[in-house]
Amino acid sequence: MAGPQVRSGWPLYEVFLRGKRGLNHVHVGSLHAADPEMALHHARDLYTRRNEGVSIWVVASADITASSPDEKDPFFAPSGDKVYRHPTFYEIPADVPHM
Amino acid sequence: MTDDEFTVYEGLAADDEDHRWAFGTGFTDPLEGVDTSVPDGVDSVALAAYCLMLGDDALVYSHRLQQWITRMPELEEETALANIALDLLGQARMLLARAGRAEGAGRGEDQLAFFRDENEFRNVRLAETVDGDFAELTGRLLIFSAWRLALFGQLTGSADPVLAAIAAKGVKELSYHREYAAEWVIRLGDGTALSHAKMQAALEVIWPAVDELFRADAVTAMLPGVAADPAMLRGEVDEVLRTVLAAAGLDRPDRPPMAAVAGKAGRDGVHTEAFGYLLAELQSVARAHPAATW
Amino acid sequence: MTALPDEATGDLTAHFDDTLGHERRIEPRDWMPDAYRATVIRQIAQHAHSEIIGMQPEGNWITRAPSLRRKAILIAKVQDEAGHGMYLYSAAETLGADRADMTDKLISGRQKYSSIFNYPTLTYADVGVIGWLVDGAAVCNQVPLCRSSYGPYARAMVRICKEESFHQRQGYELLMTMMRGTASQRAMVQDATNRFWWPSLMMFGPPDDQSPNTAQSMAWGIKRHTNDELRQRFVDMTVPQADKLGVTLPDPDLTWNSERGHYDAGAVDWDEFMAVVKGNGPCNVQRVARRQSAHDEGAWVREAASAHAVKQAARKDAA
Repeated sequence: MAGPQVRSGWPLYEVFLRGKRGLNHVHVGSLHAADPEMALHHARDLYTRRNEGVSIWVVASADITASSPDEKDPFFAPSGDKVYRHPTFYEIPADVPHM
Repeated sequence: MTDDEFTVYEGLAADDEDHRWAFGTGFTDPLEGVDTSVPDGVDSVALAAYCLMLGDDALVYSHRLQQWITRMPELEEETALANIALDLLGQARMLLARAGRAEGAGRGEDQLAFFRDENEFRNVRLAETVDGDFAELTGRLLIFSAWRLALFGQLTGSADPVLAAIAAKGVKELSYHREYAAEWVIRLGDGTALSHAKMQAALEVIWPAVDELFRADAVTAMLPGVAADPAMLRGEVDEVLRTVLAAAGLDRPDRPPMAAVAGKAGRDGVHTEAFGYLLAELQSVARAHPAATW
Repeated sequence: MTALPDEATGDLTAHFDDTLGHERRIEPRDWMPDAYRATVIRQIAQHAHSEIIGMQPEGNWITRAPSLRRKAILIAKVQDEAGHGMYLYSAAETLGADRADMTDKLISGRQKYSSIFNYPTLTYADVGVIGWLVDGAAVCNQVPLCRSSYGPYARAMVRICKEESFHQRQGYELLMTMMRGTASQRAMVQDATNRFWWPSLMMFGPPDDQSPNTAQSMAWGIKRHTNDELRQRFVDMTVPQADKLGVTLPDPDLTWNSERGHYDAGAVDWDEFMAVVKGNGPCNVQRVARRQSAHDEGAWVREAASAHAVKQAARKDAA
């Protein structure tokens, strides 16, 4: 079967999220996937475990053309569907210091 | 550097410009506003048994998925797997709680999960088998998810409002599980020659346990309008499998169903030899401290 | 990368130093000294490896968790650790490191991970103690890294710290529940504390006078406090938490020194620390072996996915 060489590594994709209250997609990080559809699934698993209703873009890192320094990448925006992921779910008495 | 900077939690409470953190907010309880009493005319003993059937399927299968944590072929798959295991565990918790409520003997989710013996568990045998490799993991997940999604799809119209609510939430989760599994079965079937062989072999191994999913049972028969008729699910599951196997270039296996034991199988509390070990692992710590709260 | 003339390097170094001097971030496409790049890659990679290996000691108790709620919490925690590892590998990759290469270095021992994970988890109370002490120590290390000079690392640390607060609280809450429980639960908590206290102190690394890289790392803004400073901070924070819990920390020399305004503590067994770091801890071999077998056994899966992607792309082109 003729065809291009199969790479054994999965390429890098950059992930952009737009949360419910946001107006723009923001860059939150990168991950590896074999193809764009897998990248989207991985992004959903890795970056939105704490919420749904987030719009996700994935772009192969190789397709990104970047300018020089001083670019500002804002923080990520996760959220919460499983209540036990959030610190407020745990009843710790107020007088326990540094917790 | 002050004490406060070392208290991460304090730091989180501090207001920065970023308002996209949603600690403590945005949770939806699927049972909010739902009347949890057993509806009139519904046999509560049968309802309890039915909820145990569906709850045990999820509890036991989640256990098998949990055993793959730190063994997945890539780190990104670890997060996907954990999500699926957590979703099923969540379904199990709600269903076991419902079973306890319908039974009315004061047994909660933990009492049911950790203090029943093997012959009291009502999961199908498909849920309890060990996955020998990633092909078996994804092949079994495809069949289980497709079946459970079809079943939950029926249950969204259940006369028991709690089952309907659980199903409504579960349908979204199971759609995702089925899609995840289907994509992997296709990748493996239509990947390399090696992955194709492994995926086909995996289906052959899994197949004998599939027929049991569609078998009629006495409990379902006692819950018309409440439970989903297993035989009605076969069409949808077969269609899903036909589509996925075609895309994957795989053949539908032709293996005969696993026989029952004196006519009994998983729904009757008669399990495989592997199940005893599974329960031993699941229950050992809880049983070692029967009076303890955790 | 082509060699630059000395004048250009001089300007670039000045700009780099100036950025650091003003507490601004170095970003992926900035010029940076090779030694800075190599050191940051190594630090981030080892941090990432720690998260991934750290999934194992706690993952050990998922299937045996004694309540469904605790089981769910523990799965979520271990899943977070996988996520943290990935955020960090992703930060290292912005510097030109390759994930597969970093994985190889972990498996072959050329890059390390936090030695605490070479200790065994022997009871369910260990899950709580790891959350309380090990994640507590990690928080001490990590909050300052949110101001690390390298931008992607600092940002990954902010996200990780926010998620780690859940980890520490869930551990402590489990211990509180157990301490209010049966006698055997209380004994289990005390036993786990006895086994993890000293290794937790070792997480901050060797004493300052045996830590030759600290000065350069601090000059580069990669490290914000010395090992001993963070270790002292951790002890000061944790002693009152232990009091509230009702456990005794296994150090008879732990006493409040009002002159210093800190707790005085007993001596750490640095011989045990060195033995474990060198590879002779109770779990070193099995931790790496587990990672290696997952990676090796997963090769055919990864290759299949790549092969399928190539086929799909070819079909699209042909269509």
